Amino acid sequence: MPKKIGVYICHCGSNIAGTVDVEAVAEFAKGLGGVTLAKDYKFMCSDPGQDMLKEDIRSSGLDGVVIAACSPLMHELTFRKAALEAGLNPFLVQIANIREQCSWVTEDRALATQKAKALVAGAVARALSHEPLEMRRVEVQPSALIVGGGIAGIQAALDLADAGVQVYMVEREPTIGGHMAMFDKTFPTLDCSACILTPKMTAVGSHPNIQLMAYSEVEEVSGYIGNFRVKVRRKAAYVDHDKCTGCGLCMEKCPYKVDSEFDQGLSKRRAIYVPFPQAVPNKPVIDRDACAYFKKGKCRVCEKVCEPGAIDFEQQDSIEEIETGAIIVSTGFQAMDMTAMPQLGYGKHAEVYSALEFERLNNAAGPTLGKIVTKDGREPTSVAILHCTGSRDENYHRYCSRVCCMYALKYAHLIKEKIPEAAVYQFYIDMRCFGKGYEEFYQRLQEEGVRFIRGKAAQVWSGKEYRAIATDDTGLEVDDAQLVVQAEDTLLGKLVRVPVDMIVLTPAFEARDDAEQVGKAFLLNRGADGFFLEQHPKLAPVSTTNDGVFIAGGCQGPKDIPDTVAQGSAAASKALSLITRREIEIEANTAYIDEELCSGCKNCLDICPYNAIDFDDEKNRAVLNEALCKACGTCAATCPSGAIRARHFADDQIFAEIEGVMSI
Amino acid sequence: MADEKLRVAMFWGAACGGCDVALLDIHEHILDVIEVADIIFWPCAMDFKFKDVEAMPDEHLDLTFYNGAIRNSENEHIAKLLRQKSKLMAAFGSCSHMGGIPGLGNFHDRKSIFETAYLNTKSTHNPDKVFPRTEFEVPEGKLTLPEIYDTVKTLNQTVPVDYFIPGCPPNPEQIWIVIQAVASGKLPPKGSTVGASDKALCDECPRKKTELKFKQFKRRHLVHPDPEVCFMEQGIVCLGAATRAGCGWRCIQSNMPCRGCYGPLPNARDQGAKMLTAIASHIDSEDPEEVERILDTLPDPAGYFYRFGLPLSLLHRRQRRNA
Repeated sequence: MPKKIGVYICHCGSNIAGTVDVEAVAEFAKGLGGVTLAKDYKFMCSDPGQDMLKEDIRSSGLDGVVIAACSPLMHELTFRKAALEAGLNPFLVQIANIREQCSWVTEDRALATQKAKALVAGAVARALSHEPLEMRRVEVQPSALIVGGGIAGIQAALDLADAGVQVYMVEREPTIGGHMAMFDKTFPTLDCSACILTPKMTAVGSHPNIQLMAYSEVEEVSGYIGNFRVKVRRKAAYVDHDKCTGCGLCMEKCPYKVDSEFDQGLSKRRAIYVPFPQAVPNKPVIDRDACAYFKKGKCRVCEKVCEPGAIDFEQQDSIEEIETGAIIVSTGFQAMDMTAMPQLGYGKHAEVYSALEFERLNNAAGPTLGKIVTKDGREPTSVAILHCTGSRDENYHRYCSRVCCMYALKYAHLIKEKIPEAAVYQFYIDMRCFGKGYEEFYQRLQEEGVRFIRGKAAQVWSGKEYRAIATDDTGLEVDDAQLVVQAEDTLLGKLVRVPVDMIVLTPAFEARDDAEQVGKAFLLNRGADGFFLEQHPKLAPVSTTNDGVFIAGGCQGPKDIPDTVAQGSAAASKALSLITRREIEIEANTAYIDEELCSGCKNCLDICPYNAIDFDDEKNRAVLNEALCKACGTCAATCPSGAIRARHFADDQIFAEIEGVMSI
Repeated sequence: MADEKLRVAMFWGAACGGCDVALLDIHEHILDVIEVADIIFWPCAMDFKFKDVEAMPDEHLDLTFYNGAIRNSENEHIAKLLRQKSKLMAAFGSCSHMGGIPGLGNFHDRKSIFETAYLNTKSTHNPDKVFPRTEFEVPEGKLTLPEIYDTVKTLNQTVPVDYFIPGCPPNPEQIWIVIQAVASGKLPPKGSTVGASDKALCDECPRKKTELKFKQFKRRHLVHPDPEVCFMEQGIVCLGAATRAGCGWRCIQSNMPCRGCYGPLPNARDQGAKMLTAIASHIDSEDPEEVERILDTLPDPAGYFYRFGLPLSLLHRRQRRNA
């Protein structure tokens, strides 16, 4: 019996109809083979639109539907549900994306209309070759994996664990806490970062539902929503943490010191160390690269002083395998390396600091116990804070890092608090103080006597360098210990040069160097800026295109602590709503092997990422376990004889679509 | 069987003559063929003129075996003529089925082929740059030659074909099975491929297979393959997995890899692409540069994977430079 296809062209208000002649496309669709009816409608996704679709399916006995509208990522599920309610198998619905792939990217009305017709012709040809498929149900593992133990991950872990979910938290560093643990005060409330963070860190460490895997990294992820399998590498700490009491004697006695990563190199730590006193877990690890025993084969002082005998130089990395229903990726960000902007003198002039260095310098638990002093111990009489270093700059990153304006204000306040007579300059492009209480904080700083110069700092010279090049007659007197910042003050419309004792840069927030690898492991897409891409920028901000994997915090884009915590909670609630469903439906478009056509060539055996294909030696045929198949299509593409068919993405269906598109 | 004998024709288009020989290779069965069939037209074996065919009423022939590709105007003319005069038209052998070896000409065009053949090869002495012409005036009158086409086509791309008999050449045992089927009237639906299996050659191949991994491709003439082990496991590309069985694995028995003459499987639209994707799945490296290096050990992949099937494939031909 010939198929009866219904075609619906959505106007999407003016999103589509503004560029595409929707009536002409509907008229065109009526002439296509197999098409019983074709209509255009203002909003197909609206209730009346869906009701019309359902009514047509019932009254005209449609056995295939083409919706020419937005991306299937947006509304394929909507229309599949509507079809199902009207008694039509949901896999007989085909979406022709005439918005993202047509009206939004084609300016010429005639061309856009022509393209929409081609896409509709392709969709109709494909719909004619569709076959009904049944959804499958799988159980969801009642656990969640959180990758990255910064504040986003901590928040998500606690929310989930408090709801009774088994949580695994994997953290690369020896302690959780992330960037927030390094900060002194938080804007705009100026409460102590450690005071609000450490109770949460401790709660993670002691929560009965959280298994904390610090000093560990995710090695491999397989499986799918509800049933991920994750291999975690537990890096050798060379300390048996079950025996270790955390007394700290080893760290006192270790004779070897290296720069402290936590203090941004402004202080030293030992080869056996915990990054900071409130670390969770508060158990030391041995840094192989710094340890004399590993480097020279001698020392073992820590072993001698350790009473419980926890030091174990023979320890090896181990692999732990966990099964989890949901994954939250909260791997954070990195601060841009400021040596990439040599004009600002970072790494060259001692008194040019990155923001994190200044955080540590200013921190009561930091290398100077919170005293703001130059490297040679002087109290600065003037400090310049340079905004947007690496951000909003087409040479580096086009995007705004979103937090720099506010922490720059915070720094100004803290400097003024500690050294009231110091002159503090803010070199800014625009002040972006958009959060709750932020604008008020900005006004407060203006009243505190901070000098705001609207101009992006272009150049930093040492006193000596400046005197060598200065030919102007500004009468600027600069001594050797000082630095000079040059900028164009865009409000005054003139060049300014300001001598200061200390400069603080605000490095751009960046995606981590390994974001590409992490993205590949968790099948996450990345935006042009390198950060992980959410499923929808407004309506699915923590979901990703990999079902069951959520993102939160700085790995998704620059954001402040409140936004990060909100995303952590949001991701936790998404994970929770998945886990509490207990059972979920997964796509039915699995592959199958036609035994009549399989020749037993074994090409498909080793390529299935889910090990769903076995070989029956007796029959000399490959056998596919559909329960394990995740519909990736690799085997169907590999099968040289065409004996493996990917349901819903079979060659004939794809060719039909291509031929349809090419037919006009 | 009807009282009257079957009227059969066999014609060669752009072909090497091997198909005609293969028909003779049914040996004494040829006598059985004579029992049930009259050979009305077979230029390779007997003396006939085109005008004899032109004089026949339409559908006078019960069956025509057409071997060879459509390469020139004569091939096309006779194909159309025979189609008109035949009840059933069978594409006989790889060339008419898929374009065959002449189909490799589709990687080039007439101009470049002529330049190579009549100008650029080392052994050619052609100072006046004379190329073949379709007409030439001599004192006795005008001489004509068929026109060579830019593009080689399969028989089915020229006239409708009822059955396809693959092979370069078709296996004589399979030819005999097909003839018996025609004689008994037990024919499958039109459009079927006959005289071949619906499974790939691996189904019949006795060689041992364990694991496929390519670190390097090896060319057959540079190695001595183990006759017990799958060619692919020895790094030699064998098209058996993407090719219909039915040939009697003659090449495999002679320790030669399958070259694909029996064509794609029923569900495979493009034999070369299918084999290429299969092989791509087994390159044993994740490093793009090493992958590139491994692939470089496979010379002329297009010619290798489309040796017999270029005109039938999705590629069909190389893009014309000045089209």
